[in-house]
Amino acid sequence: MGGVSASLSSMQTEGNKMSDLAVESADERVKKISLISRLMKRPELGAIAGLALVTIFFLFTADSKMFTLAGIMNFMTPAAQLGILAIGAALLMIGGEFDLSVGSMVAFTGLIFGAAMVTFDLPLFAAIIVTFMAAAAMGALNGQIVIRTGLPSFIVTLAFLFILRGLSLVGLKAATGGSTQLRGIRQEFEGSWLAEFFSGEAFTPLFYWLAESGWIDTFKSGKPKVDGIPVDIIWFLLLALVATWVLLRSRYGSWIFAAGGDSNAASNSGVPVRKVKMYLFMFTACCAALVAILTVMDAGSTDARRGFQKEFEAIIAAVIGGCLLTGGYGSAIGAFFGSIIFGMVLIGLSYTNIDQDWYLVFLGSMLLIAVLFNNMIRKRVTGER
Amino acid sequence: MTSPIVEMKNIEKHFGSVIALAGVSFSVMPGEVHCLLGDNGAGKSTFIKTMSGVHKPSKGEIFVDGQKQVFESPRDAMNSGIATVHQDLAMIPLMSITRNFWLGREPVKKFGPISYFDHKYANEVTMEEMSKMGINLREPDQAVGTLSGGERQTVAIARAVYFGAKVLILDEPTSALGVRQTSNVLSTMDKVRKKGVGVVFISHNVRHAMAVGDRFTVLNRGKTLGTAKKGEITAEELQDLMAGGQELASLEASLGGTV
Repeated sequence: MGGVSASLSSMQTEGNKMSDLAVESADERVKKISLISRLMKRPELGAIAGLALVTIFFLFTADSKMFTLAGIMNFMTPAAQLGILAIGAALLMIGGEFDLSVGSMVAFTGLIFGAAMVTFDLPLFAAIIVTFMAAAAMGALNGQIVIRTGLPSFIVTLAFLFILRGLSLVGLKAATGGSTQLRGIRQEFEGSWLAEFFSGEAFTPLFYWLAESGWIDTFKSGKPKVDGIPVDIIWFLLLALVATWVLLRSRYGSWIFAAGGDSNAASNSGVPVRKVKMYLFMFTACCAALVAILTVMDAGSTDARRGFQKEFEAIIAAVIGGCLLTGGYGSAIGAFFGSIIFGMVLIGLSYTNIDQDWYLVFLGSMLLIAVLFNNMIRKRVTGER
Repeated sequence: MTSPIVEMKNIEKHFGSVIALAGVSFSVMPGEVHCLLGDNGAGKSTFIKTMSGVHKPSKGEIFVDGQKQVFESPRDAMNSGIATVHQDLAMIPLMSITRNFWLGREPVKKFGPISYFDHKYANEVTMEEMSKMGINLREPDQAVGTLSGGERQTVAIARAVYFGAKVLILDEPTSALGVRQTSNVLSTMDKVRKKGVGVVFISHNVRHAMAVGDRFTVLNRGKTLGTAKKGEITAEELQDLMAGGQELASLEASLGGTV
C-alpha cells in the first residue's frame, strides 16, 4: 500500500488509512485503454462497420455505375428520405420511447399538406406551416397519452399507426371525391421561392461549373449527368448534424440520454423528463412531416400508401445505428449511417444480378445482427460481466 | 458547541392507524457524522424521508439554521441544503460520470444565441471533485456503469457536496458493498465532514457506524432510545439497543459471537 500512497501526499495529510485503500483500488488494476477499445465503445461503430462491409460487397458484385456520382445520388435519395425518419426515431429511442406511427404520419401529413394547397388553396408557405403544426399536434397527443397514462409507447403509437392511416384514407376520399390519390399539387407551388428548399436539386450552378471544368461526368450536350444534390440529401445531412450536436454538445442531449436511461433518476436530478419526452414525440412527428413534404412535392401528388411500413425501417436503421431498444444509449450519426446502408442495399441490388427481393431478407438479418451487437457493446460500456 | 444545522423536535408520523414515528428528536451539527441506527422497521426510512421533505410530519417541528421550516416537497428540503443520497442513487449507468455529475445543472456556455454544454469545464470540475474524494478517474467520459458500487456512492456524494449541501443524508450507503468499498465510502464521509458538512448516516451495521460516527442515535419501534457521543458507548451496547437487548444476547451466545 505504501508505494502507491506515497505518491499522493495530499491524501496522506489526513492520515486516513481508508483513503489509501481508495487510491490503490482506483489505480492498480486499471489498464491503459487503447484507441480501439475506445472506439469499440462508440454506439455508431456497428453502423460504420456495416456500411464498410456493404460497400465492399457492392464494389465486387455491382456494376461500376453504382459508385459514379449519379449512382451515389441514386441510392442516397431513398437513404435520405428514410434517414430523416430514422434520426427522429433514434432521438426518441434514446429518450426511451418508440413511435410506430411515423409511417402513417407521413401519409397523414402528406394529406394535410396536399389538401392545404389543393383543396384550401393556401400558398406553399402557409401549407408547410399548417403541415408542421398538424404533425407537432399529433406528436404531442401521442406523447401526452404515453406520459399521462404510463402505457408503453409501443401500444399507444401502434394504435396511432392504424388511426392515422385510416384518417389518411378517409381524408383523401373526402378531398378528392372518392379517390385515394390527391393530384395536381405541383402546379400549386410552381414558381414559389420556397419550393427551392423542398424540391429539386441544390447547388446546381456549382455542378454546371464542375461539368464545364471537366471534374464530373457530362452528357454529350455538355450538360452534367448530375446537375445538383437532391434537397432531400441536404436536409438529411443537416438534420444528422444538428441531432448529433444536440446529443453530444448541448445540455438537452444529457437530458435525452437521462430520460431514456432511467427516467426516475433523471427526474430526481431535476431533469424535466416529461417535457423532454413530449418534445421528442413532436420532433419525430415533424421529421415525418418533412419527409411528407419532400416526397409529395417531388411526386406532385399524395396517396394513402405513402410511408407504408417506414416506421419499422426507421427503427431498424436506428438500431443498426446503435440505439438500444431499452433507451438511454445510441447516436444520431449511427442512424445516419444505418439509413445509408438501407439505401445502398435497396438500390444496389438492382446493379447486380441478385434478385431484389433479397432486400427483405437482408433487412431482417441486419436487425438481428445489430441487436446482438448492441447488447455486446452495452456490456462493454457498462462493464457488465 | 456550535448550533445545529438541522434540528428536528418531537417528530411524529402516522400512516392511518400505524404510528411510524412516535416523537423523535434529532439534530445535526456542522462537521459531524451523526449515525441513525435501528433494525429493519424501526422507522429510519420514515424519519429521513420526513427530513428530506418526502413525508410531512404529523406532529413536530423542523428547524434549519434555527429557522422553523415546513417542507412541502423534496425540492424545498434541497433548497434548504438538505441533500439525500438514496440507495438507488439517482445515477444513470449508461451515461458518463461527468454527465451524471452535472445532470439537471449542466454548465452552459454561450456562443451567440446558441448555448452549449461546457464539457471542458464540466470534466475538469468532475475530475477535481472526485480526486478530492480520493478517486482518481482515468477519464471523466467513462460510463458510471463501469464504476464499483462504492465509487458510484462517492460520485453521488461528491455531486451533492459540490452543489452546496449543508446536510447530507446517506441512506444505508454501505449495505450492498464489500469490505473495501465500504471503507472507501466511510473515508469519503470523513472527508465530507471535514468540509463542515453535517452527515446523517443511516445504517444497521454497528461496526460501520462506530468507524466514523461522532454521535449515535438509536431508533426502535418509532422512538429514540437516546443519543450517545463517541466514546460514551460501546459497540455491544449499541447492538443491544438496536435489537432490544435480551433476545439477541441469547441468540449471540448460541451463535458464538457478535452478529
